Parts: sequence; C-alpha cells; structure tokens
Amino acid sequence: MSSSTNTPTHHTSTIGSIGAPSRRNTELALLVFAVVIPVFAYANVGLAIDDKVPTGLLSYGLGLALLAGVAHLAVRKFAPYADPLLLPLATLLNGLGLVIIWRLDQSKLLQSINQAGNAAPRQLLYTALAIALFVAVLFFLKDHRVLQRYTYISMVGALVLLLLPLVPGLGANIYGAKIWISVAGFSIQPGEFAKIVLAIFFAGYLMVKRDALALASRRFMGLYLPRGRDLGPILVVWFISILILVFETDLGTSLLFFGMFVIMLYVATERTSWIVFGLLMSAGGAVGVATFEPHIQTRVQAWLDPMHEYMLSQSGVKDGIIHSEQAMQALWAFGSGGTLGTGLGQGHSELIRFAANSDFILATFGEELGLAGVMAILVLYGLIVERGIRTALAARDPFGKLLAVGLSGAFALQVFVVAGGVMGLIPLTGMTMPFLASGGSSVIANWALVGVLIRISDTARRPAPAPAPSPDAEMTQVVRP
Amino acid sequence: MNKPLRRIAIFCGLLVLALLLRDNYIQYVQADSLRTDSHNRRVAIERYATPRGNIIVDGDPITGATETKKNGINDFVYKRTYKDGAMWAPVTGYASQAFDASQLEKLDDGILTGNDDRLFFRNTLDMITGKGKQGGNVVTTLNGAAQKAAYKGLLSRGKGAVAAINPQTGAILALASTPSYDPSAFAGNTNTDAKAWNKLQKKNNPDDPMLNRALRETYPPGSTFKVVTAAAALENGLYTTADQRTDTPLPYILKGTRTELKNEGNIPCKDATMRIALRYSCNTVFGKIGTDLGKDKMLAEAEKFGFGSEQLTPVRSNASVFPKSMDPAQTALSSIGQFETAATPLQMAMVASAVANNGTLMKPYMVDKLQAPSLDVISQAEPEKLSQPLSESNAQILQSMMETVVKEGTGTKAQISGVTVGGKTGTAQHGVANSEKPYAWFISYAKLPDGSSPVAVAVVVEDGSANRGDISGGGLAAPIARDVMKAVIDSKK
Repeated sequence: MSSSTNTPTHHTSTIGSIGAPSRRNTELALLVFAVVIPVFAYANVGLAIDDKVPTGLLSYGLGLALLAGVAHLAVRKFAPYADPLLLPLATLLNGLGLVIIWRLDQSKLLQSINQAGNAAPRQLLYTALAIALFVAVLFFLKDHRVLQRYTYISMVGALVLLLLPLVPGLGANIYGAKIWISVAGFSIQPGEFAKIVLAIFFAGYLMVKRDALALASRRFMGLYLPRGRDLGPILVVWFISILILVFETDLGTSLLFFGMFVIMLYVATERTSWIVFGLLMSAGGAVGVATFEPHIQTRVQAWLDPMHEYMLSQSGVKDGIIHSEQAMQALWAFGSGGTLGTGLGQGHSELIRFAANSDFILATFGEELGLAGVMAILVLYGLIVERGIRTALAARDPFGKLLAVGLSGAFALQVFVVAGGVMGLIPLTGMTMPFLASGGSSVIANWALVGVLIRISDTARRPAPAPAPSPDAEMTQVVRP
Repeated sequence: MNKPLRRIAIFCGLLVLALLLRDNYIQYVQADSLRTDSHNRRVAIERYATPRGNIIVDGDPITGATETKKNGINDFVYKRTYKDGAMWAPVTGYASQAFDASQLEKLDDGILTGNDDRLFFRNTLDMITGKGKQGGNVVTTLNGAAQKAAYKGLLSRGKGAVAAINPQTGAILALASTPSYDPSAFAGNTNTDAKAWNKLQKKNNPDDPMLNRALRETYPPGSTFKVVTAAAALENGLYTTADQRTDTPLPYILKGTRTELKNEGNIPCKDATMRIALRYSCNTVFGKIGTDLGKDKMLAEAEKFGFGSEQLTPVRSNASVFPKSMDPAQTALSSIGQFETAATPLQMAMVASAVANNGTLMKPYMVDKLQAPSLDVISQAEPEKLSQPLSESNAQILQSMMETVVKEGTGTKAQISGVTVGGKTGTAQHGVANSEKPYAWFISYAKLPDGSSPVAVAVVVEDGSANRGDISGGGLAAPIARDVMKAVIDSKK
C-alpha cells in the first residue's frame, strides 16, 4: 500500500482507474427526488393539522431546493467524480427531518413546555450554515491527504473539544449530561465536531504506526498480542473515553469514539485481536462505570423494564434519581404507529415531550410513517454508511481509506446507538439522529462529515492520468515489415 | 486493507439489520399490545376524540357530550355531561378525561366509544363513506319516575340506598344512593375537575359519596331477613302454614347460653304463629326457627336467595353474607338479621322479588340492549332465572304473611290504595354494643289486581339525624318504598 497515484497497475482500488463516469447527472436526478419528497411531506403535514397547505411551503421548498442546488453545483465544480449517492441521501434525510421538526413545532403541548415552536426555522438556518461549511470543505480541501499534516494538531483539537463542556462557566449540564457548551446564547455540542477531528488524528497516527502495531507482536492462544508500547495508544483512548463517560455522563459519545478507534485500528493492522481487546475493554469500562453512576443505572433500568421506570416517573418517587418516562413513551409511539403509521401530523408523539424533536425524533417517524417509514429511513442511513465504506475501498491511499472508514463507522455507530436506544434495543444515550434531529451542532458536523467523504470519493474515483509515454516502449514497438 | 474493510462493511450492515429487526418487533409483533396499553395516553385521546354514545332511560338519554375548548395541554376534544348526574350516578358511574371511567361507562366503553368489535363492520363502512366514528347507546331497564322517587325520598332522609326490581323479569327499575356525586363535576381534565374529584374521595369526605350503596355496601339486614327465615321454615317443612302455632316460649333463652333473646317492646310473641310473628316482628319466634333448622339449612336457603355470591348486573354488586360457622345461639341471631349477616340493598330487593314472583328468583340486570350508532340493536337482554328459593305454594303463604305486615302490622305506611302491598320492616342495630344509630330497612313488593307484580323494592336509610327512638323501618323507609312502587305502577298506566 505504499502506492502512488500514478502507478495504476499496483493500486488496490476495486474501481477501475480509467474512464469512471462522473455521474453528476445521476446525482442531480436523485436530488430532485430528495427535494420533492420532503416538500410533499411538508404539504401533507399542513393538510393533516390545519386542513390547508402550509403558508411556508413555497419558501421551504425553494429554500431546500436552493441549498441542494448550491451543494450540487459545488460538487460539480470541486469534486466532479464524487460518489453520486451521498449528497442526495443527506439532503433527503435533512429535508425529512425539517418536516418532522416543523410538525412538532405545531404541537401545543410541546409549545407549552417550551420544547418547540420555532425549531424548524432555526434548523433551516443551521442547514444553510451546514451547506456553507460543506461547500467550504470542498473548496478549501482540494486533496484530503493534506489533512495528514494536522495529525497531532487534530489530537489536541479533539481533546480540547471534548473537555470544553467540563470548563466551569462554559459547560452546561442539561438533563443530566454535560455535553453542551453555551456560547452567547447558543448551545453547541463539541462532541459532534470532535468526531471528525478525532478521525483525522486516528487516520494519521495509524497510517504511520500500523506496521509496528501489526507485526511486532507475540502469538498467544491464537491471538496476536501487541507489545506494551504499541498497546499504549488504545489504552490512552480507552481511558479518555471512560473519563468522558464519568465526567460528562455521556455513554454514547464515549462508545462512539472508542468504537471508531477500534474499527480504524482493525482496518489498519488487519489483526482481529484488536477487536477482541476493544470489546473486552469497552465492556469492562461500561460495567465498571455503571456500578457507581446513577444516571447510567437509570438508563439501564429504563431499558430493561421501561414500564416500571414509567410508573416510577408517574408516581413521583423521590429517591434522588430523575426517573424518565421517555423510553416507554417512545415504545408506545412506535407501537401506535404500527405497520403503516398514523399519517404525517396525525400521531401523538408530542407525548414524549422533552427531546421529542431531537434525540427522540425517530419515534415521530415511527408513529406517523410506521414500520415502512422507519425501515426506509434506516436503509437510507445504511446506504450512506455503505457508500462511505465503498469510498474507503476505492481510496488509493491508506490515510484516505482509514479516514473514510473511520467516519463511516462512526456514523454507523451513532445511528445504531441512537436508533437502538430510542427503539429499546440498547440503553438510551443522549445523542442525536444525524441530519434528522433538531440541533445545529449535529447537522453542521454531519454535513462536514459528508463533505469529507465526498472529497475522498472524488479523489478515489478520479481517473488516473494516462501513463506518460515511455521512450522504451516506443522503441520496442518498432516492428515493421 | 481491503479485507478488514469488507468485514467492517458487513458489520455495519449487521448493525442496520439489527435495527430493522428490532423495528419489526416493536412496530409489527408488539404493535397491538403497545397501541392498546391502558397507560398509553393515545387510548384516552381516542376515547374522547368523538362524542360518546349515550346511556338511555325511558327512551331519553341521561348523558351527553360537550366539546371542550382545546387549550394548550388538553388533547381531549369531547367531555361527558350528565343530566341529573347525582341521581343517576349509581347507574351510570362516571367517565372522566382525567380519572378513567367506572360502572356502565367503563363496562360498555367499547360500545359508547364505538370501538367495540361488534361495530367493526359499521365503522369500516363509515370510514369508506367518510362519516366520522360514532359511539353506540346503552339502553337501560331503569324507570325514571321510580328513580326520582327513590332519590328524592333518600335525600330527605340523609344517607341511604334504594334498589327496585321487576320481580317477573329481574330488570332493575331504580338504583339510588345518597349522598351521591355529580359525575359532570370531574368529567374534564382541568384543575377544577381534579379538585372536585379529590373532594369526593373517601379520605377527604367521611360520607364517601362515591360509594354505590345500593350495590357495594353490605348492611346488617335486621328484621327484613326474617322473610328468608320464614321461607326456610316453610321450605324445610318446619311449619306448613302461616297460621300454625309455633312452640315458642317467652322469654326465649338462646340455646347453649343463659342469654335471653329480647323483642322490641311488649308484643304478643308467645307461641305466636308465623303470620303474627312477622306482623309484630318477633325476634324470639324467628330466632328459635333458625336454631331449630340449624345453620346448614338456613345457609342453603339464604344462598338460594343469592347470599354468598356477587351479582353482575352487569355492574358488580358485593356478595351478601350469611355466616357459615356458628353455634346455635349465633344461628338464632343470624336468622333475625344480626350477628354477621349482611346484605346489599339489591340482595334484599331480590328476596322481596322472589317472594312476589311466586318463588322464582330472576337474575337482576340493568342493561336492556346495546345499540349501534344507527340504533340497530347489537344485543338484547333476555330475562334469566337465577334460582327457585321456594315453591309456588310456599311463596303464596309468605306473600299473605307479608301482606298482613302492611295491612295491619309494622309496615302500614307502605299502603297504596287499590294495590296489594306486601312488606317487611327492619331496624338493624350496629356498632359495638349497638352504640351507633340503627339502620332503617324496608323491603316490599306491589301486586296489581290482575295478579301481576311489577315491582319489588328494598330501602335502607342510615339516618344520622333522626332521634334514636324514632328510627324504625316502618317510619323512615316504608314511605320511600311506597313512593317508588307507586311511581312504577303509575308509569305503567
């Protein structure tokens, strides 16, 4: 894998280097769907709630179309060979998210507890900012390999971002998790951005150290045990993720970072032993922390027996723990939706109350679009992840491969952790559904993530320059009768 | 690096697959049980999304629905209203947005909301034709005039209950309980409703207005139980006529003790016939009959009248009690309605109705039919025989005894001109060492000249305000029973 891009006979890509079509028109056609579907959904919600087409439909439709158009033109100009699916998938999810956020804005119950009201216009603004960042990524980042230079700066940056919520006066403890910082009235979740920065650090670090990690090891009971000094980094990252868990009570983020690191380590070293260590250490860490952190214990209890937790929350038990009815409310929302859902605007997912339009937004999809709708959403996420990994497969440099798989893996884990938590598959953690959920940090960071993936895929799919004419070949070809 | 990459791709695919499987589990496999979970507020939201069907008496609804203003938090659209709510509460129960429902409102909730499976076909048709969902109606057997007479009579006396039955069918005609409550007061979902509800709870209100005394309270039946004892004597052949001399000494010493069983006042009970004994309400005669028959025969007869089992009308009534293990002295006390004997007003109305119906006890019921929103009948009640506590001839002997009570005994205040009335008074002592004011009882039936018997009634008055000496079944309860019977007879004309 020490290949350079101009030796096509040795590259490891599965995609032919020559003549890959740019597929920009495919992307444009898909984008039309990605804009039209949410516009129809928006009209549908308005008709269901007020019996009339919502007044904001035109501006919403034009706004979404404009954003998608700008993003498309940017890709056409700066990344002409990029994967044609990523942008439409992200646009569709973002558009549907906006519709559901607007729908929850209309709920009088949520308005009365100040959980909604004007989240949709704000989200549209954040989306515009996110698309701007997306375009900026494509414009300024002409080649993703430039990021290798910032390996250690990224490490410092990621740590700073992660620890910001612990800075007194800056961090904000919202509903038991300290993962926000509050700046000038805006709440930001630095963890969302740390995800990308950390992936850059891991990719840069592992690209350099992967041979040492893979080869300098002893075989023990069928597993390759790495040397202590090579084991160091994973222990450090494990320790940091535990620290996050303990001090910010954020199970999701620590699981996400640790999982991302293990995936990248495994890809870099091709050693299964790292996965085994990773699983053992994360399990050990999680169990260890869960034994003394009441916030996490409650979540585990709510996962094991949501009904019991619901009854506790209703009876107002005062045992120093905030009991939450949300897990059960989310299950009821899903169950009430059934196979086909109640129809947009016709469910009662506002009963989830707090975080109905952020962490729990999938429950509204579940209730109003039913099993069919949620499966479609999950498949859209699955497609983003698999296109990301395909980009990693196609990338010709190890840094690009690691970065692409790191970002895709983190994205997949986030979707799994959030959707699994809301659906009661695993304990609930406080993370947001990428693109769907209300929240600026999340939508901006995930558009940046897609921007980086599109940049890598453009580099990977770009046709290699034709081999320089070789004077030797010229001579041997002179065979004339 | 590509081999691990492909594996990671598979791993991510498995993550998505796990989510898809979980989603199918909760949205397909578990969907129905989650959707209909009673804690799921959507169930209540749907219940109040359309006007409820009505509960109907004499062809007119005694319930209604009003649209509540949809404010910020209230997601219920329609609220239940009641006409004469306090009077009908023992029949209807309540349907509250905040506090669920009870009795008929709860038991027939499916029909009233229109969610019942039996309405499925019609609902589907309505959905296709674009009509909104409607609730069906519950048509009761009650008689508005009788209910009004019962409630008015009780109100003038304070606390108490009335149960009236049509002896020939078992149809319940009146079911009143005081003090009562107006279910309209807490039908909504506001703070006012919550306050009204809390005020009615037993812990905040010693009068316990939400107790349905006609069905759920068991009182010592006192002397009215002597009708059951007389039936047992006739059925077991202890005496074969009403006018046979009983071999009862005066004073009568309870068997196995040195305690004397006393009568109220100086009444001719020595060796009295059963007719005389019932007319004057002799404790000695019926106490001795109980002892002579023994507890097993007494219990068997009481059970034939319905003691010992709950009645489902379809609203459940508590089981009345005739004790199972007693010594002969306790049997004597139980046989005059004391010791541990306890009966609901409905139970005592059943006793009177079995006698009036020539010994056949019909199963009490109060829902005549269930109607679809279109007024099509979904189900129609059929009168059903419950048991035969006594033979026709013995029943007629007992009738003549009870008629003597009203004609020239303790129950003269129940007389109605042109109608034959049979009855029995009761004054039940209760409390430790009879410390509390006694309950006044009256059970009776009316018989028309054509021999038919349209109504049997039981009245109990827990009158805390009357002077102790004035409390008697004949004085307090009989006039109420008379008014109820008269209302039924007048409404037949």
